[in-house]
Amino acid sequence: MQDFANADLIVIEGSNMAEAHPVAFQWVIEARKRGSRVIHVDPRFTRTSANADRHIPIRTGTDIVLLGGVIRHVLENELYFKEYVQAYTNASTLISEAYGDPEDLDGLFSGYDPETGTYDNTTWAYAGDPDAIARGLPERDETLQHPRTVFQILKRHYARYTPEMVQETCGIAPEDFEYLASSIAENSGREKTTMFAYALGWTQHQGGAQMIRTSGILQLLMGNMGRPGGGIMALRGHATIQGSTDIPTLYHILPGYLPMPKAGQDDFDEYTRLVGKKEQKGFWANADIYTINLLKAWWGKHATAENDWAYHHLPRLTGAHGTYQTVMRMLEGGVDGYFLFGQNPAVGSANGRMQRLGLTHLKWMVVRDFYMIESATFWKDGPEIESGELSPEQIGTEMFFLPAANHTEKAGSFTQTQRMVQWRDQAVEPPGDAKSDLEFMYELGRRVREKLKDSSDPRDRPILELTWDYPVNEHGEPDAEAVLAEINGRHISGERAGQPLASFGEMKDDGSTSGGCWIYSGVYADGINRARKRTPGQEQDETAAEWGWAWPGNRRILYNRASADPEGRPWSERKKWVWWDEETGTWTGKDVPDFPPTKRPDDPGDPGKGGVAALAGNDAFTMQSDGRGWLFAPTGMVDGPLPTHYESPESNIPNPLYPQQSNPTRVTFQDEDNLSSPGASAQGGEVYPYVFTTYRITEHHTAGGMSRFLPYLSELQPEMYCEVSPELAAEIGLEPYGWATIISARNAIEAKVLVTERMTPLHVGGRTVHQIGLPFHWGRGSAAVVQGDGANDLIGMNLDANTQIQNSKNNSCTILPGRRPRGPGRAELVEEYRRRAGLIPALHPQVDGAEGAPGAGPATGGTPHEVRGPEEATAVPTGEPSMKEMRNR
Amino acid sequence: MARKTFLDWPVIRQLRGADPTGRGTAVTSPRTRSTMPRTAEADGVVDSVCPYCAVGCSQRVFHKDGRVINIEGNPDSPVSRGRLCPKGAASEQLANSYLRQTKVRYRRPYGTEWEDLDLDTAMDMIADRFLEARRKHWEDEDEQGNPLRRTMGIASLGGATIDNEENYLIKKFFTAAGAIQMENQARI
Amino acid sequence: MSLLAGPEGPSADAGWDHDHERKGFFTDTSICIGCKACEVACKEWNRNPIDGNLEILGSSYDNTGELGANTWRHVAFVEQGQERIEEARESGRKLVSLGMPGIGPKSSGKRGATPAGDLSDVDRTPPDTPEFRWLMSSDVCKHCTNAGCLDVCPTGAIFRSEYGSVVVQQDVCNGCGTCVSACPFGVIERRDDGTVSPFAVREEEDPRRNTASKCTLCYDRLVDGEQPACSATCPTQSITFGDHPDLTADAKQRVADLHERGMTEARLYGANPKDGVGGTGSVFLLLDEPEVYGLPPDPQVPTKALPKLYARTGIAAAGMVAAVALSFLGARR
Repeated sequence: MQDFANADLIVIEGSNMAEAHPVAFQWVIEARKRGSRVIHVDPRFTRTSANADRHIPIRTGTDIVLLGGVIRHVLENELYFKEYVQAYTNASTLISEAYGDPEDLDGLFSGYDPETGTYDNTTWAYAGDPDAIARGLPERDETLQHPRTVFQILKRHYARYTPEMVQETCGIAPEDFEYLASSIAENSGREKTTMFAYALGWTQHQGGAQMIRTSGILQLLMGNMGRPGGGIMALRGHATIQGSTDIPTLYHILPGYLPMPKAGQDDFDEYTRLVGKKEQKGFWANADIYTINLLKAWWGKHATAENDWAYHHLPRLTGAHGTYQTVMRMLEGGVDGYFLFGQNPAVGSANGRMQRLGLTHLKWMVVRDFYMIESATFWKDGPEIESGELSPEQIGTEMFFLPAANHTEKAGSFTQTQRMVQWRDQAVEPPGDAKSDLEFMYELGRRVREKLKDSSDPRDRPILELTWDYPVNEHGEPDAEAVLAEINGRHISGERAGQPLASFGEMKDDGSTSGGCWIYSGVYADGINRARKRTPGQEQDETAAEWGWAWPGNRRILYNRASADPEGRPWSERKKWVWWDEETGTWTGKDVPDFPPTKRPDDPGDPGKGGVAALAGNDAFTMQSDGRGWLFAPTGMVDGPLPTHYESPESNIPNPLYPQQSNPTRVTFQDEDNLSSPGASAQGGEVYPYVFTTYRITEHHTAGGMSRFLPYLSELQPEMYCEVSPELAAEIGLEPYGWATIISARNAIEAKVLVTERMTPLHVGGRTVHQIGLPFHWGRGSAAVVQGDGANDLIGMNLDANTQIQNSKNNSCTILPGRRPRGPGRAELVEEYRRRAGLIPALHPQVDGAEGAPGAGPATGGTPHEVRGPEEATAVPTGEPSMKEMRNR
Repeated sequence: MARKTFLDWPVIRQLRGADPTGRGTAVTSPRTRSTMPRTAEADGVVDSVCPYCAVGCSQRVFHKDGRVINIEGNPDSPVSRGRLCPKGAASEQLANSYLRQTKVRYRRPYGTEWEDLDLDTAMDMIADRFLEARRKHWEDEDEQGNPLRRTMGIASLGGATIDNEENYLIKKFFTAAGAIQMENQARI
Repeated sequence: MSLLAGPEGPSADAGWDHDHERKGFFTDTSICIGCKACEVACKEWNRNPIDGNLEILGSSYDNTGELGANTWRHVAFVEQGQERIEEARESGRKLVSLGMPGIGPKSSGKRGATPAGDLSDVDRTPPDTPEFRWLMSSDVCKHCTNAGCLDVCPTGAIFRSEYGSVVVQQDVCNGCGTCVSACPFGVIERRDDGTVSPFAVREEEDPRRNTASKCTLCYDRLVDGEQPACSATCPTQSITFGDHPDLTADAKQRVADLHERGMTEARLYGANPKDGVGGTGSVFLLLDEPEVYGLPPDPQVPTKALPKLYARTGIAAAGMVAAVALSFLGARR
């Protein structure tokens, strides 16, 4: 965070930092006071814009065109950081002859299968001998002139992303584009650095992961990665949302970003080679070791070389099992029990109605929270009860509300957004029945194990053989530090048996060590809880390495080898961070070097050995299989190796770049409650003529579970509102601070109206685009201090294929003056607009062929897609059975 | 309160002392003269971290008689430097809001009201239901005969505001039980 | 200069024998992000009731409205178009040419203050006038040098503290409300009702009910060497707390810096000891006319004529002392 103050230019895009991360914003203010420039690109003028040098309003969902335009600008005008690009990126790498770019294929990359809506990425591969590629040594042309170099492909790919295209697509004036592009160019290079900050304004799109990639490409081209005041700051939104990704409660990964095995991956070696091959460069070459250590931590003496370290105890995936897939399964009756750990999906997840209906299909549910959140009371006072559609007597879900201990009532660690793990001490005991989730989980596990103790069923072996013996205090609370020690890892045998690992470098592949999350190894080195380090900032340098502990290995800036030139010298005095010290023969500097400490800058690397030994002295990107920063991503992204612009499925603007209107890999679910506006692809799109985008505000927190129950926060923003421009208000007849009803293809909600010049109509594609802002913190229940309609009721379960995250930022609606109807009138209103848009078959026969219908056949392993969306069929086909009846595909 | 003497009368203090206009020392009440911050009476103060967003602002938690009495920023943190946003500044109320639930609540199927339930009973009921749902929706293998070793009958959501150690135990136990549908805010 | 505050500062006149400077706030609205942490931290520390009926107020993002008995810090939100911004720049430029200080060395950084740093790189070209801006500003009790509320309080419930702040003693206040009309800023108010919970569920009664109520400059924190809750929490240090002379110097420096950068709309409020309240303990840097933020452009203490009244009051007081003394003598019999 402090590193913001080192930036010469801060571009905040896809984030409302001043509102969502006010305390971090102090560093932006510091930077500005020192004379740095701050640019805020956002559909709305927010409290961040108010404190920026310039606000550039953008049509939501068009960031790839804007940043693609900047990429073109720096390439065409040779403003990129040449030495950096040459040395540290894959610009010179040659790509397979079979690769086809969207520029040549009407918006699709090569390898697309319209049947499954997925890509086969083999044609995106590096060119060269397969063994050399595996060793991170593909064919290269250091002159960057070969037409198949990444550099030339990049140039061609973004050639049409001109300032005119930016204006036409994003609604951004040429002078604003020029200001942004030249600011970035002038504030990058040896002497200066530019930092990007983003948040959910990029993530929550169908194509959101590619927006982030675009800024990654730009930051690599400008030489801003791995350097002070540079990089891309992901401003995450929850106390340990980073930690819960590192040590995940996510279906698709194990701790330390090891993938969950998929059906058919029954050979342990094959599985680990898919994660990282022994011969590849960098730290992922040891994927097998990390996996073995995790399995040892979990199954202890039952994990042996003979049984592949209990690898076969792990369950297998057959596609995506994300939270939205789970809701669909609930609606089918396929899920009996559901646990909520401080989460409020009835308000906070997309398509609130389907979320709540899903909950009514459960047999039982456990809600662990501080307050009676809406997800605990949906059966009693939810919107579907209010409307008369359901009553408690019809809902069979057995509810257990278990009060939770809060952050002052238990000890443990949070990992904040820059990967820094910080320990909290316990202040008081939790009140009444309130318990920590640690105690709840430990106790549930203990009871389940007790009930199974006489079982001989092989299905129960993974539970019974699990290491599950943590020391507890007099209240039955397990010692969180003992859990942290297990995560850190320890020596199991040998001289140092029992001692904590100092780093993941000490992990062995022979079962003599264990560690629950390899990237956290070192947090408990020498038996010292380093997350609890609290040397005051005033007594430290700007790196403040003695406050908390950042993974990996307490590095504060990742890939910081790139802060020095290929010869190991700082790029400039002003921006020195980590450099090679010839006298001591080590890397040194203000941070823990993210590089083998004694590998000389001119070390050629040993390709025969693989792993860290194979890294050359200038392979700064130590996690990449070729040691380079990837401008072009041959693997890792399911929707293309380069970011390319598609319109949101509900957009009423035809894609100005390609006939392919929307991301061809996007995921959606067919259900009568999950309809979409056809947007520009069919006539009914005009029924929902306005764009709406959702967001959080300073005064509240996510679905309100930790803010709408607090009087002091509730009074600051008591009511749900929408933000509209004076132009739109005039067009519709909306009264300032009166009521409006917003209708999407999913639902209708009401909100107070804030008419404000902070909302700007944009001129795009020959039409005026009005964007409506909707904070999403409110929900309907009766327990909170304040309540209101939930913006997420308007949003569909339509996902990005890379991340399975929903599109909350770019959807279509209409808006009317006045409050929404009560009772059944609400559903009738929604129906009426669906009918007008042709989404309801009976009154509007479908004529366009309905190619969006899901194909037959089960999903193949690893294709996490529900329903692909070929362009012509964004409108939901008629007469199709609901996805509820279809298998997860 | 001690009995007032003539000389304690504010107006006399005003005339006798250095505050002839009667707007300072002369008019201070005994309570004012003994003013101390409530944190001075705390049994202790511990270092903590704000539970809201991911900036990770450091908090100092003052407690007395087993209750949190004040939470404020910790100036030692190099990240937050003692500052808190409105949510962080409200976190004492997060702990002490009059809406805080401290008892187990139970709602039977098709019931219309919450009921009380003993925590131990609740835990046992949940363990039984966990095993039943796990068995009922168990999948040994897929259609091709590949092992799956999983149950689809149990799901969870949450984790971005609970601790790393808690997430670790959830992931560990659910995975061992074959319950793969485990998700958190990171995908929302 | 009023008789009521001598050159030693207001607290010396109130009989305090101490060696510290007058304390106060400098609220730099040019870096306020409108987060309202000050409002919450204030309420949380002082355990003040919530305000209002939990409905949108109709004033941009402001839903607490104004300073009052329960809200001792209040953040105003003002949306402005280009024309108004140009006017503000012009009026600010004029003010400064009327005697703003030149650029001097920066005062030493406090906790979290930006180090002076080298500003030679700073772009000195005046920025284009933006088409739109959104002003945010955290208001608070001014802790006037000549405080009307203090002057008129008939019970001695309000006193001038050793820090120069003006503080209500709720245990003395009888809720007469005289002070309310004496405040030229409309800050002090009588607390009618309230606990922390919303009206609908209020059970316990606030013992401070029916007394006058306003910011104390966190008197109960200052006595322990802590700074007020609002300035301690302010994420961007838009609110700083400190010695009044230092704060005023910082404020003047900041105005000079902003003018250098072409932001000639910057000006100070409350820093002039010759104004109608003798200057305020809480100094503000504003980016437009005070009225825009809901502040009176020319506040006047209503007790300006007090010196004259004072002589007469003195005679009356002497008579009263004699009467009271007699009654004590009588009681001892």
